[in-house]
Amino acid sequence: MSNEIPHFLREGYLTVDELFEMTPKPSEKRLRARPVAIPECPQEIPCTPCKEVCPVNAISMPTPNDRPVVNYDKCIGCSLCVQVCPGLAFFMVQYVGDRARITMPYELLPVPKRGDEVILLNRVGEPVGRGKVTLVIPREKSMGDTAVVTVEVPMELAWDVRSIKVPGDGGDD
Amino acid sequence: MALHAAGIRVLSYSGEKHRPRGLFCAIGKCSSCLVKVNGIPNVRSCITLVEDGMRVEMQRGKEELPKTAKPPAWKDAPHYTADVVVIGGGPAGLMAAINAADAGARVILIDEQPMLGGQLVKQTHKFFGKREQFAGVRGVEIAKILEEEVKKRENIKVFLETSAVGIFQEGDEKLVTAVRKNTELLEFTGKSLVVATGAMEKMIPFENNDLPGIYGAGAIQTLMNTYGVKPGNRVLIVGAGNVGLILAYQLIQAGVEVEAIVEAMPKVGGYFVHAAKVRRLGVPILTRHTILRAEGKEKVERAIVAQLDDKWRPIPGTEKTFDVDIIALAVGLRPSIELLHQAGCQIRYVRELSGHVAVRDDRMETTVQGIFVAGDSAGIEEATTAMLEGKIAGIAAALKAGVASPEWLNEIRKAQRDLDEFRSGPFGKHILEGIKKAIAGFEAKTSSEVRE
Repeated sequence: MSNEIPHFLREGYLTVDELFEMTPKPSEKRLRARPVAIPECPQEIPCTPCKEVCPVNAISMPTPNDRPVVNYDKCIGCSLCVQVCPGLAFFMVQYVGDRARITMPYELLPVPKRGDEVILLNRVGEPVGRGKVTLVIPREKSMGDTAVVTVEVPMELAWDVRSIKVPGDGGDD
Repeated sequence: MALHAAGIRVLSYSGEKHRPRGLFCAIGKCSSCLVKVNGIPNVRSCITLVEDGMRVEMQRGKEELPKTAKPPAWKDAPHYTADVVVIGGGPAGLMAAINAADAGARVILIDEQPMLGGQLVKQTHKFFGKREQFAGVRGVEIAKILEEEVKKRENIKVFLETSAVGIFQEGDEKLVTAVRKNTELLEFTGKSLVVATGAMEKMIPFENNDLPGIYGAGAIQTLMNTYGVKPGNRVLIVGAGNVGLILAYQLIQAGVEVEAIVEAMPKVGGYFVHAAKVRRLGVPILTRHTILRAEGKEKVERAIVAQLDDKWRPIPGTEKTFDVDIIALAVGLRPSIELLHQAGCQIRYVRELSGHVAVRDDRMETTVQGIFVAGDSAGIEEATTAMLEGKIAGIAAALKAGVASPEWLNEIRKAQRDLDEFRSGPFGKHILEGIKKAIAGFEAKTSSEVRE
């Protein structure tokens, strides 16, 4: 029976392969053009804010219980879906030179500042490197009451880094 | 909460074996936190606000009532009347009160907590659903919005710290007897009644499961999110449903270490996205694991967990020990139906709704005419659906009371459509099956008598 249960439900996280099975990887060209929204939302749950907030109707979701599907060509990389998603399941990825910029929701304190160096965490919370914060939208300015942080990471970590740890106060390990 | 903040975990000792007992539900639903206040035993400390000069003593077993005290007589109780009485000020009750009032009813809203909002006040995460149903808004903010809406309406009268203790038929009306602040008797009558009394946390059997420091998940949310009291330093969570997953995230936000979440099922039961949030912050989720026992002298010091085989038996040799001072049980809720049961509503066990529920029709009216039910007390679901059910029950109760115009039926239909849409996915399928059972064989609404 447990064979029928997908890995992500047994373990509580998506592998990169699982992610690309449900949401295709954007082309290199698209990833270099501007940030693109990537939903990590593999279940059919009754939730629509991402679709409702998207200013260019790039997110399709025929019924509230359908999974969001992003039209990468329409997506302008505005991060509103990242700000508003109640499940904190939207991210943005952009390739810049030999680095990648990952935009993620962040609801812990302290919120890092632009220019800070932070510890990069993968989908199971393991530290995989260090990266620099390039942009912060504080909670007060966010459309969704959630701060949004963009970090620059080595290209090979573009599809692994999904959280950060702000060093300091004994929290640095 | 003040006792907890002062480091006092043991609130009483059990009568027979003198085992230490502490907080469990923190919302007045259980009897784990009883203390003696100013000489009066059996006071639920979790919903009693501390006052200057209050004498709080530990309770040992069944304490005797003070010999000199004389209970007040019912005939002296102040009496309040309305068209619709709503019991419970959570998402369902607030929406019921607001919508009944808008439909033209004079409304009385009573709740045993010192504040309105029910369990919304401790939900710091953003809600799902559609934006018109408050999706993307944090539960605590929804509570504020709904409370403001209640305050704006002059035809809603609110009674807080008031526990409903009985429902009786009085002529054509419903009589609700209540106690305010543990001492003052009150009576309310209404032409119809909405019961939105919420739910209480389930408990599971394991060795030492009564040790102080083993809390219902909601109790921990109450401590930290409502009262700003850090519940402990290191936590093990039992149950990877939405409540357990959301609790883990909130604990991390509060700076508390979450050692692990154990889940007996072979998969995460809550929404995957809630699991992903805590996984990427480093919290392990051990599916197919359960808690074997808690250890500690007067309070939790350790938790022992083990892996389960396909027949749900612990596998010897897989035991793991976690040094934790808190064990959070997020093993489900059950509907609070005591008042409905006492009032004579037909009750039925529906597994999909997580326990015994009142049989009702599609407008949330129970088998006792004029008594409506909404929210978790009608079946465990979500705050979003509780609000929609509250809207339906509130309007239906106003219609029943004869004060609402028939156009309000359209609003009921709209809310029913919204509910259907919300429940149309895989998670809602289960609930729909349960509701079918709760409505099935609905007896013709002939019994208007409330059982004596």
